[in-house]
Order: sequence, then structure tokens, then C-alpha cells
Amino acid sequence: MSAAPAYSEDKGGAGGPGEPEYGHDPASGGIFSSDYKRHDDLKEMLDTNKDSLKLEAMKRIVAMIARGKNASDLFPAVVKNVACKNIEVKKLVYVYLVRYAEEQQDLALLSISTFQRGLKDPNQLIRASALRVLSSIRVPIIVPIMMLAIKEAASDMSPYVRKTAAHAIPKLYSLDSDQKDQLIEVIEKLLADKTTLVAGSVVMAFEEVCPERIDLIHKNYRKLCNLLIDVEEWGQVVIISMLTRYARTQFLSPNQNESLLEENPEKAFYGSEEDEVKGPGPEEAAATALPARKPYVMDPDHRLLLRNTKPLLQSRSAAVVMAVAQLYFHLAPKAEVGVIAKALVRLLRSHSEVQYVVLQNVATMSIKRRGMFEPYLKSFYIRSTDPTQIKILKLEVLTNLANETNIPTVLREFQTYIRSMDKDFVAATIQAIGRCATNIGRVRDTCLNGLVQLLSNRDELVVAESVVVIKKLLQMQPAQHGEIIKHLAKLTDNIQVPMARASILWLIGEYCEHVPRIAPDVLRKMAKSFTAEEDIVKLQVINLAAKLYLTNSKQTKLLTQYVLSLAKYDQNYDIRDRARFTRQLIVPSEQGGALSRHAKKLFLAPKPAPVLESSFKDRDHFQLGSLSHLLNAKATGYQELPDWPEEAPDPSVRNVEEEDLSLIETHMGLLGEYTEVPEWTKCSNREKRKEKEKPFYSDSEGESGPTESADSNPESDSESDSKSSSESSSGDSSSESDDEDEEKGRSSESEQSEEEGKRKKMKKRKTVAEGHREGSSSDEGSDSSSSSSESEVTSESEEEQVESTSWRRKTPPSSKSAPAAKEISLLDLEDFTPPSVQAVSPPTIVSTSLATDLEGLTLTDSSLVPSLLSPVPGVGRQELLHRVAGEGLAVEYAFSRQPFPGDPHMVSVHIHFSNSSENPIKGLRVGTPKLPAGISIQEFPEIESLAPGESTTAVMGINFCDSTQAANFQLCTQTRQFYVCIQPPVGELMAPVFMSENEFKKEQGKLTGMNEITEKLTLPDTCRNDHIVVQKVTTTANLGRVPCGTSDEYRFAGRTLTSGSLVLLTLDARPAGAAQLTVNSEKMVIGTMLVKDVVQALTQ
Amino acid sequence: MIHSLFLINCSGDIFLEKHWKSVVSQSVCDYFFEAQEKAADVENVPPVISTPHHYLISIYRDKLFFVSVIQTEVPPLFVIEFLHRVADTFQDYFGECSEAAIKDNVVIVYELLEEMLDNGFPLATESNILKELIKPPTILRSVVNSITGSSNVGDTLPTGQLSNIPWRRAGVKYTNNEAYFDVVEEIDAIIDKSGSTVFAEIQGVIDACIKLSGMPDLSLSFMNPRLLDDVSFHPCIRFKRWESERVLSFIPPDGNFRLISYRVSSQNLVAIPVYVKHCISFKENSACGRFDITIGPKQNMGKTIEGITVTVHMPKVVLNMNLTPTQGSYTFDPVTKKVLTWDVGKITPQKLPSLKGLVNLQSGAPKPEENPSLNIQFKIQQLAISGLKVNRLDMYGEKYKPFKGVKYVTKAGKFQVRT
Repeated sequence: MSAAPAYSEDKGGAGGPGEPEYGHDPASGGIFSSDYKRHDDLKEMLDTNKDSLKLEAMKRIVAMIARGKNASDLFPAVVKNVACKNIEVKKLVYVYLVRYAEEQQDLALLSISTFQRGLKDPNQLIRASALRVLSSIRVPIIVPIMMLAIKEAASDMSPYVRKTAAHAIPKLYSLDSDQKDQLIEVIEKLLADKTTLVAGSVVMAFEEVCPERIDLIHKNYRKLCNLLIDVEEWGQVVIISMLTRYARTQFLSPNQNESLLEENPEKAFYGSEEDEVKGPGPEEAAATALPARKPYVMDPDHRLLLRNTKPLLQSRSAAVVMAVAQLYFHLAPKAEVGVIAKALVRLLRSHSEVQYVVLQNVATMSIKRRGMFEPYLKSFYIRSTDPTQIKILKLEVLTNLANETNIPTVLREFQTYIRSMDKDFVAATIQAIGRCATNIGRVRDTCLNGLVQLLSNRDELVVAESVVVIKKLLQMQPAQHGEIIKHLAKLTDNIQVPMARASILWLIGEYCEHVPRIAPDVLRKMAKSFTAEEDIVKLQVINLAAKLYLTNSKQTKLLTQYVLSLAKYDQNYDIRDRARFTRQLIVPSEQGGALSRHAKKLFLAPKPAPVLESSFKDRDHFQLGSLSHLLNAKATGYQELPDWPEEAPDPSVRNVEEEDLSLIETHMGLLGEYTEVPEWTKCSNREKRKEKEKPFYSDSEGESGPTESADSNPESDSESDSKSSSESSSGDSSSESDDEDEEKGRSSESEQSEEEGKRKKMKKRKTVAEGHREGSSSDEGSDSSSSSSESEVTSESEEEQVESTSWRRKTPPSSKSAPAAKEISLLDLEDFTPPSVQAVSPPTIVSTSLATDLEGLTLTDSSLVPSLLSPVPGVGRQELLHRVAGEGLAVEYAFSRQPFPGDPHMVSVHIHFSNSSENPIKGLRVGTPKLPAGISIQEFPEIESLAPGESTTAVMGINFCDSTQAANFQLCTQTRQFYVCIQPPVGELMAPVFMSENEFKKEQGKLTGMNEITEKLTLPDTCRNDHIVVQKVTTTANLGRVPCGTSDEYRFAGRTLTSGSLVLLTLDARPAGAAQLTVNSEKMVIGTMLVKDVVQALTQ
Repeated sequence: MIHSLFLINCSGDIFLEKHWKSVVSQSVCDYFFEAQEKAADVENVPPVISTPHHYLISIYRDKLFFVSVIQTEVPPLFVIEFLHRVADTFQDYFGECSEAAIKDNVVIVYELLEEMLDNGFPLATESNILKELIKPPTILRSVVNSITGSSNVGDTLPTGQLSNIPWRRAGVKYTNNEAYFDVVEEIDAIIDKSGSTVFAEIQGVIDACIKLSGMPDLSLSFMNPRLLDDVSFHPCIRFKRWESERVLSFIPPDGNFRLISYRVSSQNLVAIPVYVKHCISFKENSACGRFDITIGPKQNMGKTIEGITVTVHMPKVVLNMNLTPTQGSYTFDPVTKKVLTWDVGKITPQKLPSLKGLVNLQSGAPKPEENPSLNIQFKIQQLAISGLKVNRLDMYGEKYKPFKGVKYVTKAGKFQVRT
């Protein structure tokens, strides 16, 4: 550190670590002569008339303060300069003064008159800084002067000075709390202030001085809500957190009729959406939010708060986002809380400290509102570079989010974590698996098997942790797991971690009936090593001995006595006590006879299985985002979040008399329009906008009632809808497919309404009586996107979109079966719609079949193998399930290239089953698939029975959503489930189209630049004639040949199945085998992959 | 709210302290040191520590700990966010936020801290305002000051404090009026063993450097604003305008600032520009293993991928590595962190860069169970991988014609390949 003389300046006891502490007090600080000299020289400099010398001296002094060194003996010399003209010197003197005034109160008083003068200065900065320093000097004598200064400043012309006054209030309050009443008056006055500058500071003062005076807020509530967006970030946080508490006392719980909401979440959703759209002013909003069926009406002021805070979710400040998130969590109707998830997930990219806090809060929220974060599951995946504390929190969140549908993904992810080098993290993962296993009964066995495998892990900590978790799991169903207990018993020889040893011993003792032969032997071994064991193990040895004595006294009587004797003389009194107690209980004697008769009941009573719970379970009684929540303990000054009132207090208290809110602070003219619009103007603008851009929206509401539009996303702004329609035709297909994903997600939510809409549409179409193909294809379009179906019924503006969809989705008349299939679909609509609905898999169906599905999942690497299959392109059959792995059931699949009846976006896959076992296989069907976004499966009808030696073929359809992602699903038989996956070669994701050469050239001209991929290749000799080239290309990709004028050029065209984007392939073969392959497609990924595949096919 | 602040360097010296209320003894930091010792790694020091009388909230930035002392309930993110803002301000003023820079400018640091907090509540944190109150140090200014005796401290109230746009100072004048925007996108991804993407998203930011005179009112529009559905804004952006028209309309702060940051998370949209073939194996019962990785381009939109670096945290049992790169150079730190860094450079598709060789393991130790994951860095100039494109920038409110520029860069963010 610094040179020796510097130590003398140190205040005793304040020295940092690593700095030797010389036990001297401040008084003796000047013993060293060098020190005298130095301070003398500073004093001299301060006494001169030169500002530059003074400044130099002050800088040195401030540097001393900054290092935590004592400079208090310079006080008189410094304080003289408080009136110095040089502003920098003055500021530094202020710094000094504030730091030492408390210690040298008498001398500090010398400076007061300067500040009093400063308070009257014409310059607002000087007025403000005088008040700042005056209020920061912690000298009780000047309290009256401070009080006066604050009162005066509170009515200053300058908002900056008023802000300073607001800051001064808590300072004075902490110095003298008797001033509270007067200060509240000032706060009341400042709360009425209409500038954004003051708002944050005064609410801060309110929170510190009189948080209980909620009545002061009433009149200012609406103003604060409206100003909020323009207040600086720090003020926003404080105001939002205060308003959360306020709302909890003034409004009714929006979730009070929870059961009703749960029955019909869409309706609630709809109701709130309407509030948002319309809510023009308090009165009107109340009127619109009053559908006859709803007993609960949200107070318009409550809605105002929710509406005005929502934009702040997009603040750059993590603190503001968190504040809004907690507000929504505590105040918003259940259906609306979801909006905060996205914003919180975004914060996970921030600094690790921010992540830490956010994850803690997410962990708490995810217990109560799991659904909210489920779509973001992957954002919580763990990287090996994350700090351990972050890893463990993410693991907590993942565990909370795990449910029956996503558990396979989560477990596979956990499987990766188990091999991590970070052992603390591995231990936490094992705990997490344990929790998943207890919470989700269906995977319990899978998890248990995985954990048992971990027992052979090399790392002892891993083994130990597994043992502890296995113990807990076994307690739930001990009877079936004698094997595992035996396995564990063997481990006692090797495993040294006390907790694990204790767990094993407890298990053996508890379930000694299941391992009658091994148990006594374990006890024998333990008796031998008893003295060397840890206390916790010894206790369990005694336990084991007692239980064995009770069940099998013949073999273990002596051993038990031996153990008890050893324990009797143990150093630990707990063990001695336990031994004495046990002996009295189990060994029949004259006095203890009554008890020992019941000993067996005492020791071997059935014990309830432990419940593995999140440590975040009950944290939500603390206000989220607060320090208390983070620490899970009440921090000093924490304001309890009140419960909702039973009866709403009078809402009229918030009414402000005719003081028009629109007059609030005319800000900089430029910004006024956007940032400071009074409430009603804002709303009506909003309404107008909505109406203008989405005329059909309101139409649909009118025509088909609330259920119809319920499926529209809360955030699906008018523009996103209308744009998707316009852009899909202009060809932004990649993002469009994304839209469709969303829609699909939505459509499953509101199946009923969708179907209803569909039926309506059917009727309509029949009357329109269009050509067969036209009708059926647009029909199918509506299957996959609910929004288009809905809009078609209702509005003209959407007609265009439907037209374009039907254009895109028109399947080429390439194969014979297609027209027939369509015919059927058109005539017999009721027949084909139900399965397509099933494909969207409503949650109820999921849960029934999942039970069996999951058993196929293991924690070993083998489950990864299927996804590694890289299919060879071509029409030939490929293996889906090998005869051996399938226990006699062999499954192969092939891409038939015929349009899939029912949905032209699906690739039809022929599945060929053959039974080579000796027993018939029954009930062959597809288990509920867990598919990546966008991919959907149309299952084949269940095959009732397949006799030995027989084989059969079924057709299933898979919509790969124009990606080569594998579709993973389960093949179930009555007894077994197999985990299989089909990964399509890129060439199968398209269907041929027929076009003329001119059309081809025209389309190709549109798809240049980024959309064009060219590759040069040399054709081998074998591949130089027309027939072979065409055959090879068409085998690789499902494309149709386009007639071509020149002889050496081959052209092929197709459309991708899902989005219907054109794929144009040109092969320009020059003499001597040189050739150039060009693919034009707006789907660049598909284009690139296709080039690769075709080149490979041609050059082989 | 915030009671005191201590700055602590890596070796545990408290080199600066500042108190906004009454003085809290340095000894309170002992609790922090205790936690630090327990955590072993700097990254694992819990950001919030509870002590008998205080709460310590700390951040770790640029090898420094900013430890703040809190006495009453306050949202922890409030404090963390503020501490980061302090560090950002230091960075802004001194070019770096290091112990040396802070010690050299201790007076300015003190003046800054004094302005940023009043009685523990943030007062002025906007860089534009602070710079008017306290001028950043420059060599020229310190020479001029020493001759003329003028000071670094402004004596009028910064204009921004009073207006509704506190982020911009008034009276800005430039001879060359310029507005530059950098669209920087980082790909965060986890790629699994088999090469398929477990998780991928794009984290993008638009950083702006605006040097425009007067009070310009800008609006920036995009070709495909629909990509931006998860955005956070600088306070200067008019939210309503964005909601209704998808146009970023704002009066910019003067100088450098982050306009928006956004997240594109839909997996279908995230192209992964590189692939890695890897074969890392450790043999059982022999003191060596094989290490072989090859990097190749994939979906790079025709741009060159450059600045590739691969970092691997090898298991502890690895003693040394003997590798041959076909391109670039590699270093391995066998002593402390066991980090292998391979600086690859550019990918040329004709000859894919690879790194092959042997790994020496500590003999007798069991082979590591997990293969280390590969962290990859790269950069693609002139490309925003999400496809985001700026359409146009319009300026209102001022007469002159500014020079406008947009630059696109794609980088790897937290890009991890599991092996």
C-alpha cells in the first residue's frame, strides 16, 4: 500500500485488511513530525489567497477522504473557505464539510450563514446546492433552520430546487423524527407538484417518512400514473413499487373469481383486451368492461395503472422492468401476467448480478404461474461458462417449469449437466432430477433408473448425492425396488460421504424385509467400523441395529448389543442418548415392558414420503423484486404487501376537481405530442388508430361474439395481422412461417371457437360453390391458420390473403391419388376434420398417453442415438426401428411423395411394420409426439393387432414446416414404447409444380441475389445422359421437370410444402462433364441444402 | 437508500470509499471478504450479502468490486443497476474503469459520485448532464486550467436537468454533422454433440454515435420492423410512435449511446454461420487423449467469417497439449486455468481450419467424464444475421444536412458447442 507516513493518518480501527493496524487514536495522529509538516503545508495552502493553491490543497484533502484517511484536524482551515469564489474549491469544501460536520458540530455552525445566503441566490444551481449541503450536515442544532429552508424551497420557482427540497425531507427526518408532521405537510405539497422532475424524489420521501399515509396518494394517483413514463428511471422504480402497495389497498383482486376464470380463460382474456382497446376514459372503460356475465369489474384506475406501466417493460433499466414485472405479478388479472415473461427473459442477457436477482424472482413466479415461462424454457438452459450460482438458479427454474409435456426435453438437458465438471452443479442437478421425479409421477421410474446408473459414477460426491435422492424416491414405492436397495447395500463398502452412508443405512433398516439376507451383513460390517464413522452415520447404525433386532432378532441380537455397547461410550452425547433410549425400547426388561411391546410399531411405522419442494415455494408473500424477497427474510423498513380488501374502498377519492389533467406541465413543445398526452386524448387516439388499421377486427367482434376473437393474441397488434397478409404475398416467407407457428399455438388454445368458425365457413363455401380444388385447398389453409379462417368470414380486406394462401397451397396435380383424396375431403368434411384437430393435441390427450411414452426415455446416451441418424436421400425405405431394439417389431419408413390426404402441407410417410416375434403385437399407434415448434404430425390410425410374421403399412403425415428438423415421436404398442425419429432429406420437403419455360424464367428472375445458390461440379461419365441426370435429380428431390429449349440444360421446379415457396433448380451441363447447378429459392436454407444433396447425388 | 460505496480491487484493498449518509466503518467489508473467500471464484460472490446491521450489494466489473452498503429495504436491482451506471460513467470519463484510472482521477470521481447520488437517492445519472456539471479530464484542459485558473466544474444548472429531455444538453454545435448507427448482432447458441441446435437466439443492439447540432429530431425506420418484437429502448425513444408506426422517433443524446437492444428468439430465424466437427477423446488408463476440431462455414450468406477464436476450458487432469493448427496459432495455459485458446482468423472454404494433436493427462488420475465444451467467437462484417435492415433516417427540426451511416456486424455471443 502507501508509504509509511500515511499510516499515521489512519483512524484507529478503520484500516483495511492487509494494512497493519497501529493502535492509535485520532488524537495521537499527529505524533509523527512528518505528519505535522504535511498538514501544516496543507493549512498554509488553504490560507493563501491564490485559488489554484487552495484547489490543490482541497484536491489532496479529498483524495485523503476518498482513501478513508482521517483529515478532521484540518476542519478549521477548510471551513474558512466555504465562501470561496472559485466554484470547484467551494464544491470540494462542501464535500469535506458534509463528511466531517457530524464530528465537529460547533465548528460546522460557522458555515451555516454562508448556506443561508446561498439559499437566496438568484442562480438556481447555487440555491439547490446550498440546500443540499445544508440538509446534509448532520447537526441537530440546525434542524429548525433546515425545516425553514425546506419549506421555502418546496415552493421555489425552479423544479430543480423543489426536487432538492424533496431530497432534503428524508435527511431531516432521519436527523429528527419529531418533525414528521411538518414534513408530511411539505410532502403533501410536493406530491401535488406536476413536474416529472419532482415526482420521483417526493415519492421517495413519502416512502421513507410516511409510507402509511396512503390517503395522501388518492388525489395524485391518476397524475402519477400518467406522469410515470416521463419520470427518470430511478423515480419510476420507486413510484411503481409504491403504487403496487396502493393498488393492493384500494382495488379488488382481479382474480377473485378465479374458478370462473380458470374455466374460461379466453373470455377473461378477451374482456381485458377490450378494456385496453377501448378504455377511453375512466367512465367509459367501466362501461365497456361490464359484460353482463362478469361479476367482477376492474376499477378503471386499476386498469389505468396496468396500462401505463406496460410500456415500461421495454425500459433499458433492469430495475424498472423488474418493478413493472412485480406490479403485474401482484396486481394484474391472471391472464395478463404473461406479458412480463418476455421482458424478464430478456434481462437474462444482462450482467450476472442482474441475472442473479432476476432468476430468483423468476424462480418464485414460476412456481405460481408456470405457464408463463414455459415458452421460454430454453432460455434457461445452462452454459458451462455460467457462474455456479447462476447455474443453480437456472436449474431451479427449469425444475419448476418441468411438466408432463416437456419433461423429456428437460431430462435430456439434465443428462448433459450431470457430466459437468462443476461438482456442486452436478449435485444440484441430481437433486433437481429427484424433484422432477417426485412431481411428475410418470417419469419416476426413468429418473430412478438414471440415478441408479449414476451410482457407478467415479465421483464420490455424485454417487453420494444420488444415494440421498434415491433414498427419497424409494420411500414412495419401496416394494418394487428390492434390487436397488441391494445395489445400494453393496456401496457401503466404497462410499465415504457420511450423508450417503447414513441414507443407505436408513433405507436398509426401513426396508429390511425386502433384503432379509443382506441387512444383517451390512450391520456386521458397520459394527466393525462403528468407531470410525461420523456421528450421523453412527446414529443410523443404531437405528439399523434396532430395526433388525425387532425383525430378525435371531441373527442380529448379539450384533445389536455390541453396537449399543459401543455407542454407550461414544464421545457424542446424542449418540449415547440414542443408544440408551434404543436399548430401553427394544430390549424387554421389567420396567420398560409396556413400551417394548410397541417397539416395532414405533420403529417400523410407515413413514410418509418426503415432499421435495422448491425453496422458493412460499417466497411470494414478499413483494417480488424486493430485498426481503431475495433474502427470504424481512429487511429493515420493508413494507408488507397488504392483502386485497374484501370491499373496494370508495373510488371517488381519486377524483380530482376540475383541474384539467391535460394542463399538466406543458413540456418542450416538440415532445409534447408523444410523451405527455393527457389521458383521454391518448386513448381516443389509440382507439382511432385501431379502428383505422383493423376494421375487420371490430367487425368480427360484432358478428361472431367474444369467443371468436378470443384466440387473437393479446399483443397481436392490428399491424402484425394485416402485415402478415400483405407480406406473405410479397414473399417474406421465413418470418411468415413463424407467424403460422404462433397461430397454431393459439389455435390449440381455443379449439372450440375455431371449429365453430370452420363450420360456419363450410356452409358459406357450399353456397359459393367454387371449383373443387380451389375450395378444398383454401379450406386446408384455414385448418392451419385460425386467423385466416376467422377473418375470411368477416371481412373483405382479408379476402386477398385467403386468395394468396390458396394460391400458394395449391398442390400440383402430379399424382393420381390427389384428386380422389380431395374429393373425399370436400364431400365428407366431418370425417376429415376431427383428426386434424387431434393433431393439435389438446392437453387432456397429452396426459393420458404420456404416461407410457416417457418410459422409453432413459438417462443414458442411447436416447440420443436416433437423432444422429442421417438419412440417405431417396425414395427407398429406411429403418425406423430395428427388429432387435423393437423386440421383434421392425419398422421402416419411406417417403411416398404422394400428397397427404387431408393436409397438403404434410409430407406423407409410409410406415411399414413387420412382426418377427412370436406373439402378436397389439395396439400399434403413435404416442403423443413432443415436436419442435411448427412441426405437426397426423397420426396413422391405430393398428389393432399384428400377427407374428405379418407385416402391414400405414400412412402418416408430417408437416416439417420447411425445415429438416427431425420429428420425434413414440411408437407405442400395448406393452412397449419406442422412441423414434424421422428426419426428412431436404428433397422431400417439396412437391413438384408444372410451369412453362417462360414462367420459369420469370420466376427465376425474381429470385436472384441472396436467393440464388450456384455450385460448379463435374459430372462423372456415368452421368452424362439425359435420362440418368433427370432420374438422379428427381430421386434426390421431389421436383417436377420443366420443359426446356436447349438440350444441355435441365430445369426443375417445385414448391416447399408448408410455405409454398418456389424452389427452382437449373442444371447447366456443358461438354466434357463440367456443369453448373443453380437453385433459386427464397428459402435459402433449403436452397443450400438442396444444392448439397443434388451435387452429391450427381457426382457419386 | 444507498448508504456508502467501497471500491475494492482484486487483491482485497479498499482503495476508495464514499459515504452519502453518516460514515460506515470499512470493517463492514469484512463480511464481503468472508463471502468472497467462501465463493472461491470472483463470479460466485453473491451480489447480496446480509450482515447484522447492513446489507451489502456488490457488482464485479473490470476486476473491481463495487460494494454498496444498504440499511433499509430497497429493490436490489435498483442498486445493481445504479452501480453499473457508476461504472459506465467512469468508463465514459476515463476511457477505462480500472483501479489506476480511478486513483489518478480521484477528485473527479468524488465529484461525480457526489452529483450522482444525494442522500443515497440517484440525482443525475445521465452522461450528458454530468458532463456539463463536471467536465471530463483531457490533457488540453488540464493545461489550460493550470494557466487560467478556471475549473472543471460548471457553475450553471445543466439545461437537461430542467427540460423534459434530460438526456440531451442544449447548445450543441458541430461543424460536421454526423449520425452513425451500428447494428450489432450477437448469436447466442448452444449446439449439442450431434451438431443440432439446442438453443439459439440473436441479441442485437443498435448503438448510435450522434454528433448533430441543435435539437435534431430523428426518425429511423426499418425495412422489416416486424423482426423487432422484443425490444428495450433508450428513454429518448417515443414509445407511442413505435407502437403505432414501428418507427424509432427520438431526440438523441449527444455522443455515443445505445439506442435499442432487441432479441430475436424464434429458432427458425436464427442462422448458425459456422459448424464445428470435433473429436475429443480421453483414453481410459493411459495418460493421453486425442483432440481434433475442424471449423467450417455454414449459412454465412456469402460473407467471410473472420476473427474466429475457440476457447476451451480443459479438465483439470490435462497436463499439456501438443497440437498442430492448420491455420492461426494456439496457446494453452497448463498451470492455472487450463484454458486452450486457438486464434483461427478467417475461414477459407477451400481449406477448413483444423487443430489436431495429443492431450497429455496426469497419469493415474481417472479420465475426465465430460468432454469440455467449445466456446466460439467470430465476426461477420456487413451482415445482420437476423436480416434486420435500416430503411432510412430522417431528421426534422434542424436545417442542415447531416452525414448518415449504418454499419452491420454479426458476432458470436455466448456460442457454445457441447462435445
